[in-house]
Amino acid sequence: MRYLPLTETDRRAMLAKIGASSIDSLYRDVPERVRLNEPVDLPLHQGELEVERAILALARKNLGTNRAPSFLGAGAYRHHVPASVDHLIQRGEFLTSYTPYQPEVSQGTLQALFEFQTQVALITGMEVANASMYDGATACAEAVMMAGRVTRRSRAVLSGGLHPHYHAVTATHARFLGFELDLMTPDPEAGEDLAARIDGETSCVVVQNPGFFGQVRDFSALGEACRNAGALLVMVVTEPISLGLVTSPGEMGADIVAAEGQGIGNALSFGGPYVGLFATREKYVRQMPGRLAGETVDADGRRGWVLTLSTREQHIRREKATSNICTNSGLCALAFTIHLALLGEAGFTRLAELNHAKAVELADALASTGKVKLVSESFFNEFTLRLPRSAAETVEKLAERGILGGVPVSRFYPDRPELADLLLVAATETTSGDDITRLCAALGEVL
Amino acid sequence: MERERTPGTFTGNRGLQIEERLIFEQSEIGRTGVDLPEPPRVKDRLGGTRRRGPIGLPGLSEPQVVRHFTRLSQKNYAIDLGLYPLGSCTMKHNPRLNEKLARAEGLADLHPMQPERTIQGALELIDTLAHWLKTLTGMPAVAMSPAAGAHGELCGVMAIRAALEDRGDKRQRILVPESAHGTNPATAAACGYAVDPIPANERGRVDLAAFKAKLGADVAGIMITNPNTCGLFEDEILEISEAIHAAGGYFYADGANFNAIVGRVRPGDLGIDCMHINLHKTFSTPHGGGGPGSGPVVLSRALAPYAPLPYVVHAKEGFRLVEHNADPAATGKAFGRLKGFHGQMGMFIRALAYMMSHGADGLRQAAGDAVLNANYLLASLEEDLTPAFKGPCMHEVLFDDRFLKDTGVTTLDFAKALIDEGFHPMTMYFPLVVHGALLMEPTETESKDELDLFIGAVKALARRAKTGDAAFFRDAPKLTPRRRLDETTAARKPMLRWRPKETQGQAAE
Amino acid sequence: MTTVKFTDEHEWIRLENDVATIGITDYAQNQLGDVVYVELPKPGQKVHKGKQAAVVESVKAASEVFAPVTGEVVEVNQNLVEEPATINADPMGKGWFMKLRLSDRSELDGLMDADAYGKFIEGLH
Repeated sequence: MRYLPLTETDRRAMLAKIGASSIDSLYRDVPERVRLNEPVDLPLHQGELEVERAILALARKNLGTNRAPSFLGAGAYRHHVPASVDHLIQRGEFLTSYTPYQPEVSQGTLQALFEFQTQVALITGMEVANASMYDGATACAEAVMMAGRVTRRSRAVLSGGLHPHYHAVTATHARFLGFELDLMTPDPEAGEDLAARIDGETSCVVVQNPGFFGQVRDFSALGEACRNAGALLVMVVTEPISLGLVTSPGEMGADIVAAEGQGIGNALSFGGPYVGLFATREKYVRQMPGRLAGETVDADGRRGWVLTLSTREQHIRREKATSNICTNSGLCALAFTIHLALLGEAGFTRLAELNHAKAVELADALASTGKVKLVSESFFNEFTLRLPRSAAETVEKLAERGILGGVPVSRFYPDRPELADLLLVAATETTSGDDITRLCAALGEVL
Repeated sequence: MERERTPGTFTGNRGLQIEERLIFEQSEIGRTGVDLPEPPRVKDRLGGTRRRGPIGLPGLSEPQVVRHFTRLSQKNYAIDLGLYPLGSCTMKHNPRLNEKLARAEGLADLHPMQPERTIQGALELIDTLAHWLKTLTGMPAVAMSPAAGAHGELCGVMAIRAALEDRGDKRQRILVPESAHGTNPATAAACGYAVDPIPANERGRVDLAAFKAKLGADVAGIMITNPNTCGLFEDEILEISEAIHAAGGYFYADGANFNAIVGRVRPGDLGIDCMHINLHKTFSTPHGGGGPGSGPVVLSRALAPYAPLPYVVHAKEGFRLVEHNADPAATGKAFGRLKGFHGQMGMFIRALAYMMSHGADGLRQAAGDAVLNANYLLASLEEDLTPAFKGPCMHEVLFDDRFLKDTGVTTLDFAKALIDEGFHPMTMYFPLVVHGALLMEPTETESKDELDLFIGAVKALARRAKTGDAAFFRDAPKLTPRRRLDETTAARKPMLRWRPKETQGQAAE
Repeated sequence: MTTVKFTDEHEWIRLENDVATIGITDYAQNQLGDVVYVELPKPGQKVHKGKQAAVVESVKAASEVFAPVTGEVVEVNQNLVEEPATINADPMGKGWFMKLRLSDRSELDGLMDADAYGKFIEGLH
């Protein structure tokens, strides 16, 4: 077994030192009737070659976005990740280290997290950010719970432009913690009046920008309305590249930002692992969930970093912790940091421009087919189309033609017939002119 | 340019230990590490929300970025460098085959919202991993979506509460042993339960009598880690599971230490109702400096219908992904959704590759070797250190600080001195049930040579501590990129981000 | 007349007329280590005997300060928020937490005096 260094000679010598007759005898505290004496009914060990063959055979049964024109978004976006990102995160010192609880031998991870926190704070326009969450949806739920702690109120208003998975994850927590949600109906036209839902019991209003259906909105007035009512404005972002072009949540008056960071540095990977971004105002930092890296000095007075404010966390507070979270998404956060460091101000803003320009070209090309109607008046790199027939069926027909043509809204809302003809379509810097031509032609055939 | 200095060198560097500034301190405006085409000129559709003013991101070229993160990496300890005996964390070798496969075309480039016909291989992979997990635990069902161990705990306790509510039972309390990970009480609280601690007995196990005395009609369940955080198998586990079921509650098993018993004991045979499995521990997906993890939860027949969305089912046309309670193939009772999309696919691929590489025989051997290595540490160190409990232990061994009594050396000092010897410290001050705990978990991927070197170093330090050389320990570590860091100042005046020099004064106000 | 009383939660209460000044003992600050953060109630707030009145945190521990008596908060030591180290330096003096107007003087009766408290912490070693 290639991963096990002990030889039979080693094992005999070690058992002799222990004074035990066999490894099995070390399990003597296990009640005899539940001890297994044989391996379970699963295949026996295999070499690298065999395992690689078996898993690649599964991979070949899929049609990945590398092999097909892809216009999929809905909270996960295909972007080009520079080669050096994956090279660097695979360095064993990053890949095979634990949470940096021993700062003297974890300065690499800690400094990278401090850089990550700073980058997240900058792009969201917020004062502070944590060292990451599981993903955008869990970050959103945590933001709502945090708003409850800050305001000591228990009702949150969730916009109809919020990603339905973010809705659902937040609703799951609400069910078990007993806080109330005011769920707005799905809102493709972005016509909802959120300010009207705020009252003295509102802990926060949660909006997404760009919205699930694509619209980009200025939420400054809503932020003002929240402030006047003592509620917080929580802003969700599912496509982090948009922050290079759209006014930041901080400038719009957000109190908490919960975002999905996958679009920077991380592969689609069928939905995970991703990296949740979480940022807020400095005055709320002690109510914030998740790990935090902070600057300090060592015994020689040299600058260094530590995990700090950990009294908020479960290993100290136990049942009184701000959250039960014990992991962040360290390596995905590192990929995010490296990619964003490579992009820099110039690259990040240009990448955002490029995404938007591609989406505008795509929208114009689709509209000019005359078969579809653009629902989103404004958008960043994803928009909603109204088709003359079922979007789910259309997507199936496109897939038959080797095109991943978008995400039917009905996949999220199967019980709402009024949304059945809506299709979410995204473009990124990876979308080519040829991809656009093929999609338009295929839609011409199937609609 | 202002630089930090240590005695001896102009740069502050010490050979291969190179000082590295923040990326923000290496910036030139306009410089970038990517070459992107000029965007086509279009009239924007941003609805008047175009960003005004700069963001403040630094500009670096690719060589600078590569050098920066390479230098940072060299300030980290890692399994790839040496023994990482962090108890209850299971720092074992991370096979690189798993990394390669997680990046394969057809997996890494799959979008989570593709039509089912284009993702049959992905669903089959999840289903195959689920089959391995169910077989190894002897449980009928598994929820795959939780993103980490603590997230799996939420999943399990939510399933318990959903099942209780479904039968109209409003129980209020969850019993949690005092030796439990902090996540257990935090999870119970996050699911709306009151936490009621159970003491440990003098053998380091759950006090059965005290546990039974706490049982009642308002107890929703018990959360037990087995093997427990003292590295011991709960030998009265069958009595515990019988008693909690007789009282109408459920048995949550914390699977953090499943690696000790995989292939040798099926938790299902112990009468559990649910257990999360840390794929990043037992099945060696990399810890990555603190995640991402993955925490699937196996469920009993009683809890299975409440498993969160989504899940994979077999259908006539192939594999299907059930994403809604209203789906005809759904149980209709799922308690909700825990995460965006479908779970940590990248971790599933790695874990499956690890399991297939080991096979049923190799997993059993791995658990046995992990237990053997821990008992070897116990046998080799019991004269110089003070074991908290009598052996045999499971995959980890717990010492307390009696061997440091009257030396002036604390558990912390002792652990820090180990760093200078080239080892990562063991887990300290956990579990809370013994004084000054030192919890060591060597794992099965350490050779006898490496263990012998570690044993030698620990013994030498223990003897040095007993000579009364407390100052040596208080000053440790001395040979690391940084010496002990001032955590008090970090917490009193938190500096959680870099700020440009000119605004630093303002920020302090 | 001034009397100082102690609780088994390691708080002290100094009574002047019907106003009680409350803080944590030297033993308590020693157990906590360097205090990094405190959370105090608001003046005017009512606190109840045995219920949480303040929070005190060190790097490694967070602990609640329970109100030893019921009463209304008349003043809090705002200086602690800026300089939490004061609690370590002078726990029984400048490190006071809050002043309460007592609701029921008889609640003091069950508390320890300095001698009894001294014996109590000796028993903890």
